[in-house]
Amino acid sequence: MICSVCQKNEAKVHVTQIVDDKMQKVDLCEECSKAKGVTDPKGFSLADLLLGLGASQEAETRSVAKPGDMTCPGCGLTQSEFKKSVRFGCPQCYTAFGEGLPGMLKTMHKGLRHVGKVPTALRPRRDPADLLKALNRRLEKAVESENFEEAAQLRDAIRALKQSAAPAS
Amino acid sequence: MGSMLQTFLSRPSDAVRRTGPMDHIVFSSRVRLARNIQGFSFPDRAKKPERVRCLDTIRGAVESLPAMLDGFSSPMDALSASDKQLLVERHLISREHAAKSGGSGLVVDRLESLSVMINEEDHLRMQSLRPGLQLREAWQAVDEVDTALESKLPFAFSQDLGYLTACPTNVGTGIRVSAMLHLPGLVLAELVNPIIQSVNKLGLAVRGLYGEGTEALGNIFQVSNQMTLGESEIEIVERLSKVVNQMIEHERNARQKLLEERPKVLFNHIGRAFGILSNAHSISSKEAMNLLSLVRLAHDLSMFPAVPRALLDELFLITQPAHLQRSHTGKLGADERDILRADLLREQLREVPRPVTPRLTPPAAGANRGAGES
Repeated sequence: MICSVCQKNEAKVHVTQIVDDKMQKVDLCEECSKAKGVTDPKGFSLADLLLGLGASQEAETRSVAKPGDMTCPGCGLTQSEFKKSVRFGCPQCYTAFGEGLPGMLKTMHKGLRHVGKVPTALRPRRDPADLLKALNRRLEKAVESENFEEAAQLRDAIRALKQSAAPAS
Repeated sequence: MGSMLQTFLSRPSDAVRRTGPMDHIVFSSRVRLARNIQGFSFPDRAKKPERVRCLDTIRGAVESLPAMLDGFSSPMDALSASDKQLLVERHLISREHAAKSGGSGLVVDRLESLSVMINEEDHLRMQSLRPGLQLREAWQAVDEVDTALESKLPFAFSQDLGYLTACPTNVGTGIRVSAMLHLPGLVLAELVNPIIQSVNKLGLAVRGLYGEGTEALGNIFQVSNQMTLGESEIEIVERLSKVVNQMIEHERNARQKLLEERPKVLFNHIGRAFGILSNAHSISSKEAMNLLSLVRLAHDLSMFPAVPRALLDELFLITQPAHLQRSHTGKLGADERDILRADLLREQLREVPRPVTPRLTPPAAGANRGAGES
């Protein structure tokens, strides 16, 4: 298991905390656990740690933000503003604060990946080769059963598909 | 007098005629979707000019939907405080949206079954509202609107996290499925709290009449999903339908049990409620709702055979503050409203005969159960 803060060293410290009846887990290497003060159980909140992942590296490159206060490049929302309101400022915040996100979402939702409706334009297209095979099979069947009207439509569809695929290859 | 909105909205007497399956216990079913537009900050973060630009873009797209033909569309700052309250009482907007003004807007369809709040907490909050238990139908209706809009507006969507929302508690499907239930039997039998707790354990929320942080006035409870990520819309709709059906069953059992085991307690509550409603000269909206709930329960138990249920539902609606104000010119104070409300109730219930007490089950061995309070 790899440390969830530095993503480099092997995790040796495994922390579980229960906040509002929800269990949160994090795995850290020795160095990071010392740096984050995990060894001192009093002055440490797992929620802060989870939300603050990567904050220290980020702060060095940003002169505007206070140390440890990450900012969204899209809308300028700071991490402390987010913690106060638990509202993001724009869609980009999900990327900007992405590192700490799974830990938080885990306490709110059933899963961490979207299941359900996807806008039509963003649905993965079927591989044209597969589609072509399927159409050819249907064409054979249509011809076998002497359903010539459907066969003609399928033949046109196959021709159109071949043409649209041709320039790409 | 009447504003544009007041001319648009159906009259309360017509609004309550809409019926649906199980509507003696389920007042309405609702499905709401939260959506945002790429490239704009979320409404609470955006400055006013950005919000206005965003509103104009969205409003144009929503108005052009075939479903919104002959609908009502307005920026929120063009609506008066009483118009907004009226919309809340009709469940067409949230209380949060009623607090919005410049840079927010609303589009409602002619049938008052679809409403799109623009720049509430998210850029779009579209909801479908149906009478009775029709969660699947409500989902289908709002799904269609969403599909029609996605070709006109670039929704903020991530393959991993789904639809991106201002609050991470809504991310994913952005869906909230809810049913409004009338549960006087469970309240009287003191069973409502354990039921709420077990529903909560299933990851569902139970709230009051106007949603988050509101009281369960009139024994009306809203059950809804809380989780939006990791579960598909259909799964959520089906799960909620199942739970609602179970709650209906519990409510029916509670009513039956009250009738069998504590009929005097039940009839006493109902008789007193009717007595106050038909004779009071001043009554608050809260008291009126709680008592009307009991009268509606009595109607379900065939204790008001001559009264159409629509009358009782209408009283529920027209005794609420903005509806009361609506039938009156000039701004009313709370005291004046309480007097006006009582006048209206006395007038409407003038011809209604006293509740008929059903004959108690034939006295079996060890009779007089329940009557033996004294």
